[in-house]
Amino acid sequence: MEGAKEQKEMRAIYTETLIEMAKEDPRIVVLEADLMKATGTGSFGAAFPDRTFNVGVAEANMVGIAAGLSAKGKIPFAATFCCFASRRAFDQFFISANYARLNVKLVGTDPGVSAAFNGGTHMSFEDIGLMRTIPKLVIFEPSDPVSLKALVREAASHYGCTYMRLHRKPIPLLYAESESFQLGKGKVLREGKDAVIIALGAIMVPEALKAAEVLAGEGISLAVIDILTVKPIDRELVIHWAKATGCVITAENHQVMGGLGSAVAEVLAEEPCALLRRVGVQDEFGEVGTQEFLQKRFGLTADHLMEAVREGLASKSREPIRTR
Amino acid sequence: MHPSEIQTLQEKAQEIRRLIIQSIGSIGVGHVGGSLSLAEVLAYLYFHRMRVDPANPRWPDRDILVLSKGHAGPALYATLALKGFFPIEWLWTLNKGGTNLPSHADRNKTPGVDMTAGSLGQGLSAAIGMALADRLDGKKNYVYAILGDGESNEGQVWEASMTAAHYRLGNLIAFTDYNKMQIDGYTKDIMNLEDLSAKWRSFNWHVQRIDGHSIRAIDAAVTLAQAEQERPSMIILDTVKGKGVSWSEGKVGSHNMPVTAEMVQQALKELEAVEALKG
Repeated sequence: MEGAKEQKEMRAIYTETLIEMAKEDPRIVVLEADLMKATGTGSFGAAFPDRTFNVGVAEANMVGIAAGLSAKGKIPFAATFCCFASRRAFDQFFISANYARLNVKLVGTDPGVSAAFNGGTHMSFEDIGLMRTIPKLVIFEPSDPVSLKALVREAASHYGCTYMRLHRKPIPLLYAESESFQLGKGKVLREGKDAVIIALGAIMVPEALKAAEVLAGEGISLAVIDILTVKPIDRELVIHWAKATGCVITAENHQVMGGLGSAVAEVLAEEPCALLRRVGVQDEFGEVGTQEFLQKRFGLTADHLMEAVREGLASKSREPIRTR
Repeated sequence: MHPSEIQTLQEKAQEIRRLIIQSIGSIGVGHVGGSLSLAEVLAYLYFHRMRVDPANPRWPDRDILVLSKGHAGPALYATLALKGFFPIEWLWTLNKGGTNLPSHADRNKTPGVDMTAGSLGQGLSAAIGMALADRLDGKKNYVYAILGDGESNEGQVWEASMTAAHYRLGNLIAFTDYNKMQIDGYTKDIMNLEDLSAKWRSFNWHVQRIDGHSIRAIDAAVTLAQAEQERPSMIILDTVKGKGVSWSEGKVGSHNMPVTAEMVQQALKELEAVEALKG
């Protein structure tokens, strides 16, 4: 097995980054809806009590207040679970923040199966799908502590609304601290020629790397891309690796409908140059269990990815995709 | 307030009404009732109380108005045009393709509009965000918000109500345009709001209920509201939907109605006659 990589708690990095930014920039403010303990922004609240607003269990109101703060030039980071950020506060985020062309940084924590013991009511497999329909919204999901820190900073310096999916738990470092990131740009973690896995988030990117490692032993050469931003999708990168391998597998902790699988499918439908298989939740509601159980239950493991790669490669050799 | 000032503001209110009818008349249909009921409060705020600069609509120290009942856009546009934020002629473009004056208030389209609204229930939260930011920045200005009575059926209004009181937003003054009607009928029949004053009071707001068509009463209430530093203020305006025009006044159907050229002519005559009477 691989050696023990350094791990950091993602929520701690989120809060640390906010505190660092807030020291330099008085416009940074934090909003919570009675999930401050979960998000871990308590230390921000202690450092900047006047710039921290806990509005109680009222997510729609929180998003509206964030919109108002941004209308006055503040840069509000508002967090709640993904399910509430998207399903519950959708109209407020749509109208008061996005349609009003304001500058709200909405953060959804506990994406997909990471909601684990909170179960189906709290398990968001559709938030990206909902959010992708909002014009001009930037949607991203960091895969490790380094990309998280960099992309939170990127989000703060970008004028316009953003939606970040935040995995709260400890995650191994994938990148060197010096790595630089840009919203809208993916990262090639591994080059390969037979197929490419385009993965999203702190669960599926490591699973993709695991799959690539095992398949390498079988003589299959897999490229792995950490896509990081779902909207706008890094079209150029997707097309480049689709053409280079002829076989694309998407990997997401979310429904394939509306999520990364759809975003990549849209690119490949307009530019048919590779076969596509989509690994992710297949039109199902969430349920309760450990994250490990749920990853198996919904097909979100390296084994599922390997299966998809093998099947994809078999199809590719039977009937190569016809391009224009 | 000097009686002559009151007289001037009453005339402004009638002028706003005439422009509302003419602008809605120019497209032939629109939100007449809930626009006409706001004429006095808008005349008072923009021509007496609010510190705004038509030459610099985004002046950072200005007072803010969030028209949460965004469908009363025509009333706000008439007021802003009179105040000089943009040419009166813009009013004749209401709701026409490419206009800067969309049916629901939009901060990105219209000089002087401070917040986008239209999906009801959202404006008070935005006003709270602005009031919190102003307090953080040590500003001395006020944030005003105008809510509809039908709008107050929305749960978000009450989430926001709780929050504004919790944060002791003395710089926030909200109005409810209590014209007692919503799209489907009388508020008492569709969704009874009473006791509306008691509701806001129990949410720890400073509450007044006044005649929303009396400039003198509005002035007294806003003066008291500004004196209250520790609590947000709610001023419930008892108003009449469609006020000032016989074909709309007190009529449930006036919420969104057709307005023909003949109706415009009749309305203008009626609104001028009232003024002549007062003069």
